[in-house]
Amino acid sequence: MEDLIADFVAESREMLESLGGEIVAWEAEPHDRARLDSIFRFVHTVKGNCGFFDFPRLEALSHAAEDALADVRAGRRQPDAALVSAVLGIIDRIGEMIEIIDRGDPLPEGDDSALINALSADAIIEAVAAPAPETEDAARATTIGSSPTAAPRTIRLSVELLDRVMSGVSDMVLARNELARRLREAPEDVAVQGAFERLSGIIAEMRDSITRTRMQRIENLFVALPRMVRDLSNELGKQVMIDIDGGDVELDREMIEMIRDPLTHIIRNAIDHGIESPAERLKAGKREIGMLAVSARQSGNQILIDIADDGKGIDAARLVDKAIASGLVDKTTAEEMSHAAKLALIFEAGLSTARAVTSVSGRGVGMDVVRSNVERIGGLVEVDSKRGEGTRMTLRVPLTLTIIPALTVSIGEQSFAIPRSAIEEIVRANGSSVTLEKVGGAGIATIRGRRVPEVALADILGLDSDMADEDRTLIVLRPAGGDVYALAVDRIHDHEELVVKPAAPAVMATGLYAGTTLADDGSPILLFDTAGLAQVGGVKLEKQERAARVAEDKAAANDDLVELLLFRGLGGQRRVVRLGAVDRIEDVPVDRFTEAGGRLRVQLGEDILPATGLDSLVELEGRESVRLFRLSDGETEIGYAFDQVIDIKALDHEVIPAEGQGAITGVSLVGEEPAEMVDAHWLFARLAADSSQQPSGLVCALPADDAWMRNMLRPIVEAAGYAVVDAASEAAAGADLVIRSAEEADSAPTGAGTLLKLRKSPEGDDDSIYRYDRAGLLMALRSVAGGTN
Amino acid sequence: MDLLLIVSIGGSRVALDAAAIESVIELDALSPVPRAPAHLAGLSALRSRVLTVVDCKRALELGETRFDAGEIHEAAVVEVDGHHYALSVDSVVDVVEARGEPQPVRAAMGAGWERVASGMIETEEGPILLVDIARLIAGPQQGDRAAA
Repeated sequence: MEDLIADFVAESREMLESLGGEIVAWEAEPHDRARLDSIFRFVHTVKGNCGFFDFPRLEALSHAAEDALADVRAGRRQPDAALVSAVLGIIDRIGEMIEIIDRGDPLPEGDDSALINALSADAIIEAVAAPAPETEDAARATTIGSSPTAAPRTIRLSVELLDRVMSGVSDMVLARNELARRLREAPEDVAVQGAFERLSGIIAEMRDSITRTRMQRIENLFVALPRMVRDLSNELGKQVMIDIDGGDVELDREMIEMIRDPLTHIIRNAIDHGIESPAERLKAGKREIGMLAVSARQSGNQILIDIADDGKGIDAARLVDKAIASGLVDKTTAEEMSHAAKLALIFEAGLSTARAVTSVSGRGVGMDVVRSNVERIGGLVEVDSKRGEGTRMTLRVPLTLTIIPALTVSIGEQSFAIPRSAIEEIVRANGSSVTLEKVGGAGIATIRGRRVPEVALADILGLDSDMADEDRTLIVLRPAGGDVYALAVDRIHDHEELVVKPAAPAVMATGLYAGTTLADDGSPILLFDTAGLAQVGGVKLEKQERAARVAEDKAAANDDLVELLLFRGLGGQRRVVRLGAVDRIEDVPVDRFTEAGGRLRVQLGEDILPATGLDSLVELEGRESVRLFRLSDGETEIGYAFDQVIDIKALDHEVIPAEGQGAITGVSLVGEEPAEMVDAHWLFARLAADSSQQPSGLVCALPADDAWMRNMLRPIVEAAGYAVVDAASEAAAGADLVIRSAEEADSAPTGAGTLLKLRKSPEGDDDSIYRYDRAGLLMALRSVAGGTN
Repeated sequence: MDLLLIVSIGGSRVALDAAAIESVIELDALSPVPRAPAHLAGLSALRSRVLTVVDCKRALELGETRFDAGEIHEAAVVEVDGHHYALSVDSVVDVVEARGEPQPVRAAMGAGWERVASGMIETEEGPILLVDIARLIAGPQQGDRAAA
C-alpha cells in the first residue's frame, strides 16, 4: 500500500509539473483541444486513483473539475476566464493535498465547496484573473511548445543513487590510472596490455554515459515559468506575456538546480520593476501587454540564458546616485564609469532601484545574491538595458560542473591544471618567434609580432622556481570576456579530462582557483581561474572587463591614469610617449635607414615606414643598430628611433605646452624630472600622410619587350602609383623613373628620369637592385616619389 | 551531543562533536595551495575526494605544523557546507561521552581559543573545551592574516 501511494504521489507530481505550462497556455487559448485534453486527463487520473485510495476530498475536487471539463469537451459549455481560474484553483488544491499525502500526514478536514461552486456555469465572477488576451496574435505568442509532451519511456531514480554511481565511476577512473602507471613500470606483456586497453575503453564509455544521465533538458526549469509569470502579473495588476525558447538545451542536473533561484529572481525583478502597468505602457506608446522573452542556447561549452523584457529599463543615473550615497563609489569614479559599468552596479549588495519595497522584490537583497550564486558555479551574469526600452539579463553558465578538459603544468614540484578552453596557444619562451622583454619591471612577450603582457606563474603564486625566464614555456591565455596574456610555466605535462569539484570557500576566495581535481596518481591538483590569475598577476584585462569591476576594485580604478613610456632619445633628451601609441619595440640595424628626398625611412622586414626621432642619418653614425618604437594609429605606422627605454610612468602632472608646432607637445614632470612629450598626432599628420598617399602623376618607363618586367614588375610599379609607359615610346622621355635590367642598362639612353637598374642575380654591385628584392624595389619606388613631391 | 572526540591541539586537549566527524585518517604528503590563508596547509585526497587540510595549530595561532615528507599526521575528516576538510591535530586521544550541555567559559582564554570555543563541557575525565568546527576552519580573521 505504501508503495502504491508513493507511486501515486510521484505520478501526480510529475503530471502537475508538466501541466503548469499547459494550463496557462490553455487560458490564453481556451479552444485549444489538445491542452484541454491533457488537463482533463490529469483530473481524470487523480479521480480514478482517489477512489482506489479513499481520499474523499481529492475525489470530490477532481470529480467536479472532470465534470466541468467534460462539458467543455462535449461542446455543452464555452471555456471562459472564470472557468479557467476555477480549474486552476482546484488543481492547486490537489497539489497541496498531494504534498500532505507525501509527508504521510492524514488529510485535514476542510471545505472545498467554494472551489467546486466556482466551477458552475453561473458562478459569480469575482476578481477576474487575467483578462483574456485581446488579439489572436497575443494568444498565439503565449503558446509554449507546439504539442503536449508525450511521456517518455523512463524510470525514476533517486538522485542520491545516481551520485553514488557517479562517484564510483570517478574512483574507477582513478584506479585505472593507477593501474596504468604500474603497468608502465612492469615488464611489457602484450596480452595484459590488450586487456587493460579494453577495460580502459569500457570505463571511458561508462563515464561518458553516466555523465549524460546527469544531463537534463532545461525545459524542466522552464515549465514552471508561465504559471509563475501569470500569478505574479495578476498580483501586481500587470499584463505580461512570456515567450520561451530553447527548452531542449541540455544541462547538468546540478547546474539546473543552481540556476533555478537566480533565474526566478531575475524574472520576478523583470515583472516587478521592469514591466510597467498597462496604463503606463499605453502612455509610453507601448502595447498594454508586456513581453518577457526567456531563451536558452548552447555556445561552445557554455549555456546562455537570456531574459529580456520590454519594460522601462534600468535607471543608471539613479543607480549611480545610490551607489555614491552608500559610499560604494566616489563621485570622480562615477563620472568616469561607462554605461555598462553603471548598469553593473545593480549587482552590488544593498543597491536596489525600487522606490518602494514590495512583497515581490526590492528587499535590497537580490541581484548581488544572483551574481554570487551564478559566479559560484563558474558562470557570469551580464546586464544590458536601454531606458524606456527594456532590460536584457544574460546568464552564462558552464555546461557541466564536473568534467573539464585541461592542461596540466608544473612549477617546481607542484602541478596545476589550466582549463583548455582558455588556452590560445603554447610557445617556447626561447623560440625564434618569441622575444621576452621587461618594460619598467613588467613582462612583455612579443609572439610573432603580437605584444602580450607576460607573467610568470611562479611569481603569481609566490613559489620558488630556479628556472630561467627563457627556459620556460609560455601559455597564451584568453579568459572568458578578457584580453590575452601569456603565462610562463616551468613545464607542461599533458592534456587531460579532469573531474573538477569546487574547492573550499577559503581556497576559492584567493580568486586564483576554479576548483580541485585529482591527478592520475590520486594526488590533488588545483584548477586555475584564468581571469583570476591575470588579476592577481596584475595584468590589466580588456577595458570592458575592467570597467565591469570598477566598483569592486576602487583602488585599481583610481590609478587608471594615462601610461607613458619614458625613454632617452638619440640626442639624449628625456622624452615620453603614450604607451598606447607604441605597437612594439624593435632593434634595427642602422643600414635599414635610408634618406631620400629629405625624408627618412626605415625598412622593417617587408614594411617601409617613415622614420623619425632623428634629423638625419648622421645621428646614427657610430652605432650598429638602434632601437625603434613602432608607433601605430591603427592604420599606418611610423618608426621612432631612440636610445633606450627608461621606465613606464603615469602622467600625474600638468603638461606645459610647447610653443609652436612640432614633434613635441610640451614638457611635463615625469618621475620628478622634466620630460618632453612626443606629439604622436603631429607625427602621424606629417609623416604617415605622405606614406599612405599615392604619388600621383608619376610616370615610369618599362621596356615593353621584357616579359618579366611586363608581367611581374609592372603590377608592383602601378600599385606604387606610377603610370607605366613603354620605354621605347616617345612618352618615355618625360618619365620620372626608368627601369632597366642591369645587363643592358648602359646600352640605352636614360632620359631625364632616375634610372633604376635591376639585376638577375642576388649578388651584385650597389647601383643595381636584385629583381626579387621586393623591399628594396619598393624603397626605390617610394624614394623617387618622395623626391619629386 | 552525546559523544565527543578528544584531540590534542598545540598541547591542549579539546573536544570536537563526534557526530560531525566522518573519520580519522593519517595524512602524509600534502599539495600546498599557494596564496591561500596560512592555516590551510594544503590539499590531500581520500579516495576520490579532495580534502582541504586545516592546520589547527595555525588556525589557533599556536604555531605551525610541519608537513614534511614521510611524517604522518592524524586528522579528523569533517564536512562543512558540502566541502570536506581534514583537521590536522597533534593526536587523536579518545572518544568520551558528554555529561550535560556546554556551558560558557568564564575564565580568560587565549585569543585563538576564545574565537573557536563554543563552551566547556563535562566529561568523565573532567571539564573540557568544546571547539566549534566551522570557526576552526574559518581560521584567524582577515586583518590578522594580512598582518601575518
